Amino acid sequence: MSASTRAEFVAAAAPAVPFRHRHLLGIEGLAAGEISEILDIAERYVELNRRGGAKSSLLRGRTMVNLFFESSTRTRTSFELAGKRLGADVINMTSDGSSVRKGETLLDTAITLNAMHVDVLVVRHPESGAVKLLADKVNCVVMNGGDGQHEHPTQALLDALTIRRRKGRLQGLIVTICGDVLHSRVARSNIHLLNIMGARVRVVAPPTLMPGAIARMGVEPFTDMKKGLADADIVMMLRLQNERMQGRYVPSTREYFRFFGLDYDKLGAAKPDALIMHPGPMNRGVEIDSEVADDFGRSVIQEQVEMGVAARMACLDVLTRALRANQVGSPTQPPLEVAN
Amino acid sequence: MPQSANGRGTAVAYVNAHIVDPASGLDMKGALVTEGGLIRDFGPALFRDSPPLDFDVVDCGGQVLAPGLVDMRVQLREPGEEHKETIATAAQAASAGGVTAMVCLPNTEPCIDDVAGVEFIARRAREVRGTKVFCYAAATQGIEGRELAEIGLLAEMGAVGFTDGVKSVGEAQVMRRVLSYSRAFDALVLQHPEEPTLAKGGAMNEGEASMRLGLPGIPALAEVMMIERDLRLMELTGARLHIMHVSTAAGIEAIRRAKAGGLGVTCDTAPPYFTLTENDIGEYRTFCKVSPPLRTERDRMAVIAGLADGTIDAIASDHAPQDQETKRVPFAQAECGVVGLETLLPLSLALYHKGQLTLIEVLKKLTAAPAAILRLPLGRIAKGAAADLVLFDPDRPWVVDAKRFKSKSKNSPFDEMPVQGRVVRTVVAGRTLFEADAA
Repeated sequence: MSASTRAEFVAAAAPAVPFRHRHLLGIEGLAAGEISEILDIAERYVELNRRGGAKSSLLRGRTMVNLFFESSTRTRTSFELAGKRLGADVINMTSDGSSVRKGETLLDTAITLNAMHVDVLVVRHPESGAVKLLADKVNCVVMNGGDGQHEHPTQALLDALTIRRRKGRLQGLIVTICGDVLHSRVARSNIHLLNIMGARVRVVAPPTLMPGAIARMGVEPFTDMKKGLADADIVMMLRLQNERMQGRYVPSTREYFRFFGLDYDKLGAAKPDALIMHPGPMNRGVEIDSEVADDFGRSVIQEQVEMGVAARMACLDVLTRALRANQVGSPTQPPLEVAN
Repeated sequence: MPQSANGRGTAVAYVNAHIVDPASGLDMKGALVTEGGLIRDFGPALFRDSPPLDFDVVDCGGQVLAPGLVDMRVQLREPGEEHKETIATAAQAASAGGVTAMVCLPNTEPCIDDVAGVEFIARRAREVRGTKVFCYAAATQGIEGRELAEIGLLAEMGAVGFTDGVKSVGEAQVMRRVLSYSRAFDALVLQHPEEPTLAKGGAMNEGEASMRLGLPGIPALAEVMMIERDLRLMELTGARLHIMHVSTAAGIEAIRRAKAGGLGVTCDTAPPYFTLTENDIGEYRTFCKVSPPLRTERDRMAVIAGLADGTIDAIASDHAPQDQETKRVPFAQAECGVVGLETLLPLSLALYHKGQLTLIEVLKKLTAAPAAILRLPLGRIAKGAAADLVLFDPDRPWVVDAKRFKSKSKNSPFDEMPVQGRVVRTVVAGRTLFEADAA
């Protein structure tokens, strides 16, 4: 391990803008400086992750539990990797096979985990507000891995990291979010973050998938996708969330793709160097044309996945700061080590 | 220091009282005497010197002596959910809140849609020997909104009205028949005004707050659509219709227009709708989850305006006890409801303290008005009327403490709220059921 690497990580632990929150429950309420801080730290973890074989011991001896009440592969794996790369012991719990199935309430589960002295709890839940409910009852750090239709803060942070690395900034960019805004926690978190960071946000959706009060969130709503995409720097596609829908909101996927699916024709309205993003998993041929999704030059969908791990490491770093400050003898421990 | 009424049916003199009777407009200093469960006499000069020696005497200390509150909508959770509330615990809560008569909804388990159910409530109420308990019976069998309930038999058994309670009768054809059929018995039909297919799956008022919280919304429109429909059906059938807990500006406006056009419709609201808004939900406070949902500030002001101009006839507590298990869950999964019996009076008196209604107007909406809608001989101070009384200090400030509620459930968004107006004594049929601790 080189001395410079070491210095780098010590520097990361002493930020200019201290992060004020105990948990990460949402983007709403964060300050621009706090978001920037997470993104700055995440940049360093991108480097660490790319180095391969490198691992931090920042969270050595700490326990992190991924409590997922909703199926997920990429987010859970991303959190798991983030925890492990920081040296934490990571346990995954899913609703099937756990006592949740046996009728244990959300709060009982939380209190049980709390009694086991877990340090970090990552929670995904199909109900809006469930993570907040749980966070009020536990002593550990709680990270929202997505709650219902409310927020998915780490997704917005990884999206911001992806955009910032490609475009060098967030301020002043035109970002168009397209698709099922009504049911999307990704959209809500991104709208909050992009507004806080000074981007111009537009949303494109059929009226049945657009909240009536959306303009109150400081965005420009469009029902004509080409108009919404005009001169956009970033095109963020959302997944059509059939599982959250009661009844039909659109007549057919064929019609949806025709008017709201991203293809080269509609993409032509955006800036020539516009980036294409999607939080995944994609419904190819429903909200996005396969060719566009795989466009090596413009689609950053794979990069978003990579940034996800780094962004979540940065969140863990920032949120466990108070925890680590109380750890006896921690300053003398080498923060970074190279695995054999 | 007030002396205790003996409860043996002998005469009790309430002296030094500020007697207020909204039914007659009476507002005077004086005394009142009860005997054998009835009001025997009252007047400014009564017992000017001293009451007869064999009377029990209650010195009211100049506080307001009014008819006991008639709460036209409570949920008692008995039978079926006795872990949340029983008729006995609700009666204690009612007494503590100055409520001397209450009407329960039929949404129990099993629901009250047959004569045995009505009989059960009547028997339990007799056993409790406290607050007078009346009940509504289901408008449709099983509260399923399909087949007519036995409205005639149930009315004969004493049901004071017909409603599917917390559920609206959704199908227009069914509602038409309920209204039409009820006319044969001159029965009152009460509707929860919410178009069910528009409200389906909703957890709170639809708008900016629901969008930010990511909660499925119930549009305000669902209320006015149902009200407009039912007003037309009322016109068609000539039935007696009462619209429960109105909460939206548009809904109130529709009723205002109908009344101006001569339709005899009545309606009520509940304290949450003139005290709170959707913003009070904050970060998913499930105690603020009610049905209909809390609305916007504009709607709240419209409710107050509706109360002030008489569009809204009555105030009910909407007492809906819920235990922890049904409230300490994610917002969308939480049950609706607020316990209201013990906060009904002070929350309503806020309208008086803020100068929005006079004291007599507020009291009328809690006493004579609901009694008139229900055609019950209650809620008034008159010679020979039932001696159901509440003595209260309209100005006394206190802080709501849900832990001290007599109700079995403590689900109140008003916990820790500073309020004004405290019940000092509650009398039902001449018997003192509640007396506040000296403080």
